[in-house]
Amino acid sequence: MLNDFMIRAALAGIGLAIACAPLGCFVVWRRMAYFGDATAHAALLGVALSLALAVPLFPAVIVVALAMAAAVASLTGRGHASDTILGVLSHAALAAGLVAVSLVPGVRSDLNAYLFGDILAVTRGDLVTIWLGAAAVVGLLAWRWSALLLSTLSPEMAVAAGIRPRLEQWALNIALALVVAAGIRIVGALLISAMLIIPAAAARPLSRTPEGMAVATAALGMAGVVGGLAAAWTQDSPTGPTIVCAVAVLFVLTNFAASLKPRRKGTNIRL
Amino acid sequence: MSGGEPLVTLSGVSVALDGLPVLDRIELTIHRGEIVTVVGPNGSGKSTLVRSIVGSIPTTGGSLRRARGLRIGYVPQRLAIDPSMPVTVERFMNLPRRRPAGEVARALAEAGLPGVQRQQIAGLSGGQLQRVLLARALLDSPDLLILDEATAGLDQPAVAAFYARIEAVRAAQGCAVLMVSHDLQIVMRASDRVVCLNGHVCCEGTPEIVSSSPAYHRLFGRDTAETLALYRHHHTHSHDGPCADHAHGEDAA
Repeated sequence: MLNDFMIRAALAGIGLAIACAPLGCFVVWRRMAYFGDATAHAALLGVALSLALAVPLFPAVIVVALAMAAAVASLTGRGHASDTILGVLSHAALAAGLVAVSLVPGVRSDLNAYLFGDILAVTRGDLVTIWLGAAAVVGLLAWRWSALLLSTLSPEMAVAAGIRPRLEQWALNIALALVVAAGIRIVGALLISAMLIIPAAAARPLSRTPEGMAVATAALGMAGVVGGLAAAWTQDSPTGPTIVCAVAVLFVLTNFAASLKPRRKGTNIRL
Repeated sequence: MSGGEPLVTLSGVSVALDGLPVLDRIELTIHRGEIVTVVGPNGSGKSTLVRSIVGSIPTTGGSLRRARGLRIGYVPQRLAIDPSMPVTVERFMNLPRRRPAGEVARALAEAGLPGVQRQQIAGLSGGQLQRVLLARALLDSPDLLILDEATAGLDQPAVAAFYARIEAVRAAQGCAVLMVSHDLQIVMRASDRVVCLNGHVCCEGTPEIVSSSPAYHRLFGRDTAETLALYRHHHTHSHDGPCADHAHGEDAA
């Protein structure tokens, strides 16, 4: 089973899992899950743009994802709840992307690859993109880590310490754009936010510190990728959804294991 | 009390949130080493005022000057900590900068919480959390310590202990303290200066001056129903005595 394309698939998936780990933690901590979803859906508009204008996929998706973040930032606090704004933008962008892709001649057959990903078709060039993207995401978040943590805990405390929370939010927006652009070929637009949320949620019961949770998230994400690939190979199931199913199984296992342990003082919610 | 350059000077500061005016032409000066308390009914702009001074809310008019290199220690009412985020007390004390373990241990011991480093922040009781928040704010030796309703949700003995600690800290470190509070009795004892706020500064002075003014009694009532008085203030907004000589904008109508 150690074919070239399987090794490339595993390397691509592991790169994505590493990029998703620190970002996914912030997505969970800051309740940005729907925002991740919206950005991933908007990425399909980037796919249409790249096909129509014959520009590379990666920068086209990044531009659209960042435009999405800017639109969310400018619309928030104008009389709509943030989940309403995200719902409008997310579904509008997904629909516009689907329409736009259908208007570009000769790509209809490809569409599944962008909605559900095709990790087995990953090329060496894709691998370079994914790993450079992952390195950029990890580097960016490591650089802003403490400032982001404090901004998440208390924006006022962050400001008092000389941190600008709105600026730090853009570090997350840029990281999210990079992850979506790198991941759309692997698990597709519809499932990429699953890779952001599920491994982080699976790591929560195992973690005591933010850093520990990021590392556990990466480990679980990688395990899910390898396990999902193996299952997809033996069961001949679609790889992207199988990987997501594998991390979902890990989520059930870690949370079930945590519920068996006697509840320690300090793990319950009391604020 | 007013030695040297002021730490913070507000001249005619106005603040609007979502286009609605919250603070109107506020004049306030905070000097090194003094304890200033802001009191006022709900919705009077107390938290908006301290957040403007911290710098997290932009002002829409007037000038707000902070002394150069001013170090602010900020103690929020609570942390917006999501249960999905694991943070130990030790990790929290090291945000945003890493500090020597001994320094953190000493700060926690001084706060009366020795050995809590490995506990989860989310698992602390309200009183323990307040002491941790204060200990973290003090690590930087701030020039100005800002407490935004820091004792909300604590019982009376815990509140009294908290203010005793604030006075001890001021005595030891010489920092100025700006606090927003509902605990009037204790506030009056602990403050050098009290500012009554209701969108504008209604009334300001030493606790003796403020507490002997009829305006203060109308503001907070002589009876024990302090919280009721806080609400009533909004509807019976007229002053006489030392606080009477200013216009009352929307309340006059």
